[in-house]
Amino acid sequence: MLRYIVTRTGSLCLSLLVASVVIFALIEVVPGDPVAFMLGLNAQPDTVAALREELGLNASVLERYFSWVFGLLQGDLGTSYTYRSPVSEIVAERLVISLPLAAYALALTILIAFPAGILPAAYRGRAADVAVMGGTQLGVAIPNFWFAMIMVMIFAINLRWFSAGGFPGWEAGFFPAMKALTLPAIALALPQASILARVMRSALLDTLGSDYIRTARAKGLTKGQALRRHALRNALIPVLTILGLQFSFLLAGAIIIENVFFLPGLGRLIFQAISQRDLIVVESVVMLLVFAVIFVNFIVDLAYAWVDPRLRVQT
Amino acid sequence: MSVLQIENLSLAIHGARILRHISLSIGPGEIHGLIGESGSGKSMTALAVMQLLPEGAEASGAVSLAGQSVVTLRDADMCTLRGATVGMVFQEPMTALNPLLNIGQQVAEVIALHDNLSRSKAFVRAAEVLERCELPRDQFPLTRYPHELSGGQRQRVVIAMAIAMKPKLLIADEPTTALDVTTQAEILKLIKRLADEDEMAVLLITHDLAVVTGLADDISIMRNGEIVEQGKGAMLHRTMTHPYTKALFSASGHQPERAQAGQDRALLSVENVTCSYALPRKTLLQVPERFIAVNDVSFELHQGESLGLVGESGCGKSTLTRAILGLEPLQSGTVRLDGAEMTGTADDLALRRKMQVVFQDPYSSFNPRHKVDRLIAEPFHLLGRTARMDEIDEALVSVGLSPTDKEKYIHEFSGGQRQRIAIARALIIRPELIILDEAVTALDVSIRAQILDLLADLSEQFSLSYLFISHDLSVVRRVTDRVLVMRAGRIVETGETEQVFTNPQNPYTRKLIAAVPQLSDA
Amino acid sequence: MRNLILGFALTALFLIGAALSFLWTPYDHTVLEVTNKLKPPTLAHPFGTDQLGRDILSMIMVGARTSIAVAIVAVGIGIGLGVPLGLAAAASRGSWIDEVIMRGNDLIFAFPSLLIAIMITAVFGPSAVNAIIAIGIFNIPVFARVTRGAALSIWQQDYILAARVAGKGTMRISVEHILPNIANLLIVQGTIQFSLGILAEAALSYVGLGAQPPVPSWGRMLADSQTLFMIAPHITLFPGCAIVLTVLGLNLAGDGLRDLLDPRIRRAGL
Repeated sequence: MLRYIVTRTGSLCLSLLVASVVIFALIEVVPGDPVAFMLGLNAQPDTVAALREELGLNASVLERYFSWVFGLLQGDLGTSYTYRSPVSEIVAERLVISLPLAAYALALTILIAFPAGILPAAYRGRAADVAVMGGTQLGVAIPNFWFAMIMVMIFAINLRWFSAGGFPGWEAGFFPAMKALTLPAIALALPQASILARVMRSALLDTLGSDYIRTARAKGLTKGQALRRHALRNALIPVLTILGLQFSFLLAGAIIIENVFFLPGLGRLIFQAISQRDLIVVESVVMLLVFAVIFVNFIVDLAYAWVDPRLRVQT
Repeated sequence: MSVLQIENLSLAIHGARILRHISLSIGPGEIHGLIGESGSGKSMTALAVMQLLPEGAEASGAVSLAGQSVVTLRDADMCTLRGATVGMVFQEPMTALNPLLNIGQQVAEVIALHDNLSRSKAFVRAAEVLERCELPRDQFPLTRYPHELSGGQRQRVVIAMAIAMKPKLLIADEPTTALDVTTQAEILKLIKRLADEDEMAVLLITHDLAVVTGLADDISIMRNGEIVEQGKGAMLHRTMTHPYTKALFSASGHQPERAQAGQDRALLSVENVTCSYALPRKTLLQVPERFIAVNDVSFELHQGESLGLVGESGCGKSTLTRAILGLEPLQSGTVRLDGAEMTGTADDLALRRKMQVVFQDPYSSFNPRHKVDRLIAEPFHLLGRTARMDEIDEALVSVGLSPTDKEKYIHEFSGGQRQRIAIARALIIRPELIILDEAVTALDVSIRAQILDLLADLSEQFSLSYLFISHDLSVVRRVTDRVLVMRAGRIVETGETEQVFTNPQNPYTRKLIAAVPQLSDA
Repeated sequence: MRNLILGFALTALFLIGAALSFLWTPYDHTVLEVTNKLKPPTLAHPFGTDQLGRDILSMIMVGARTSIAVAIVAVGIGIGLGVPLGLAAAASRGSWIDEVIMRGNDLIFAFPSLLIAIMITAVFGPSAVNAIIAIGIFNIPVFARVTRGAALSIWQQDYILAARVAGKGTMRISVEHILPNIANLLIVQGTIQFSLGILAEAALSYVGLGAQPPVPSWGRMLADSQTLFMIAPHITLFPGCAIVLTVLGLNLAGDGLRDLLDPRIRRAGL
């Protein structure tokens, strides 16, 4: 078990290292002088020189890479040129929206997908199976941002149950804040839940056809008992894999959905940064998101070992 | 009163007739052998008793279990019988256990389910049951997971689950087919002992006549969903009347007519060959240990000879086969073919045309996307040219197929026909040596007999030599001149086949031969 | 089977619409007619007009070209690089080559298309090519994984041993025996990635990282409609339905093909 954790941790660090090199290198290939790029064509030479100095661009590539990475390790994401304040502070302000949104959507995804995957597998070929599978087929095909717009049209404009966008802030209280995140979270969760439900169903059908389910039935377990006690946990292995991958889709989706609902989260920050050519912010936020994805997949790897004793011994 | 009484059982799945008018009965403590080739309906008979039939199955007739009719029983009521009144053991011990639960949990589950015991009491009982199945607690604690056990040990766990509630009937569906011959003997002994101790009736399903003749009180022979013959176990070979039973008996002991052994010229010589694999590292910096699969093996195969290589799974015979074929790097030693050394480089291609191979599984031996002519012409790659039409036709004819078969795809052929095509592929470039790697193991006995005859004919016709690799000692005994016995990477005994079988010198060989089930010949 | 027919019908509708737009559209999609803006569906404009008075049906037909072009090239990148990598990884299973390829794959999975597009746009400015590259890069590990997984099980088959006994090399075996036997799987995965490509292109164009004006694209039509859909819902509904029906059609066709070609294949990627 310990060895498994150690190797997984090693691979986590390696992935982060390579990802940081890739992101840094991509920003490095900006054609021409990045400062001129950021300031535009009409910049004064002394402004350019000052910004170069401020950003430490006069140092060598290696020095800059290491100072960026060591900064990241200490929680220093650099200083935004346009906001004139540390990126870490800006990001922290935005994270209090983006992180709860992603967690809310993830929770909804699981809450919807598990029953929606188990039910059709248990009643294969019956009405429930056909209905849920048809629904998920549609759910997979709907772009989440369009779904969000439709929901705004129905629930905010016609029914007036929710506001069409914006965020009151956590100061306004937990429930008003969560209410503002509800439509965005549903828009994010439904397509992913559809995918996960389909994976869950096919994984369950696979395990229900395996020999040990027949053994369980021969022991006198009912179909339901065999499903609960033996099939579910085995089906969890492929489901975990997909769930890990989906986290990155939820994060990416959140960037778009924040735009639909005018939520001042990381997504909005990144698009503002792009239009203002604030490369420092883009670089750091992308690195942060990639870190989140890699870290979640690390957690998923550990979860495998919890589910599957074959991994615990050693591989 | 009989424990299991089947009367006039017929079964159709989605309209296709699977079973016709099956009747049999088993009394307490009796072992009933149900024998048939693949597709004869023997497993479906077992599933009908368990009421675990696939969807779309319609059964008629009567099945009564300890006096209770099960055909019309609701599933909820049947669940109280399964595991308690009737237990079942399946063929594949590797997949029959849930990989995520330890053996204690899996055995205790059946006890807790039927006896309403507390968790801790169920575990105490589970330990006792496993002990009865010869898995002592100090070596096999309840916390072991299936992947930590061998096939034979897993099968003992499955048996423990089946007999935990002391059922009146045990159904064992090919319980030893996936196991080595020595393990098979132990498992059969265990089932026999449990049947005697608990006065338990056993329905033992198998394709292997030899497995049941010494063990079963009664035997039923099945074919195409019907029981064609029933009789007393020890007497059946004398009382049998049905032609299929007779054919089955004669095919099981079939002895192909073979010419005598060839000359003294060594066609293949294996000298001090060692092959090993790197094992996964224990720690990151340590040099990985190596597992020695083939350890300093030397032997010679003479021109025109049929040489047997026997051993149980994991003994290294597959690695040795691949090493001879030049598919496995040698750590040390040499392989010579007709005097020339195989170097493991492209120069070997000219040498390798003297040697071809036939594999075990007729279903995975052919690329399903290619037609037969392309399939059997593949070895011409060694000659650097394509096959002529007449060469393909000739190869097909010589294995008893028709030249028109070359336009077909492989899925159009049965298992036995596929093995003929595999032989045609091996034969087409006229090699001197054909390696038969478990080449008849996957075939039903009647088909097996035909293929063995074909091999004997071809050997004479094309003066072929065979290296016959198998775990099935009874077949090796009938078709080889000399035999090598392999264990844990080494050859432990070599000699004339009859000599080795009648007078084995090595203790392992003796154990191996003693474990082979014999058709009782009185 | 019913699904397959429905899927093919929807896919054909979308392909025909795109092809037809080269020859004929009801109106010229570049002509602005501001006096005629935001008109609800009528006989003259079956899908209505947008905020600049352009015919929405014509826009959708031309927009389909963008979706197809981006998605096809992105799938092409995925197959062109992913399949050889997957074959190489399977052929050298367990070696460092396999390890490097698979770890590289895992790494790309940490960069959703959107993040790649964000980085490229931040550096080079927005364009449809960004969308193609971003989606294409993300397709590489998908195809590499599917290929490797399927190829590994084929490498276990005895006919591969037979080919090796016939002296054939790794490359030749990969092309002659492995590739034809995983082609079905790749076709099915290709259909699925094609539909995902269309979704991703729409999302990227929606946030302004994809096709730029004046090239019409479904995603941007939705972005343009965002401030107006309260007063003219049709400008949101029709492009959105075009996306949903196309993706649905491709998914149904993919599932149907999978069942038809090989019932054992499971939906592997995302």
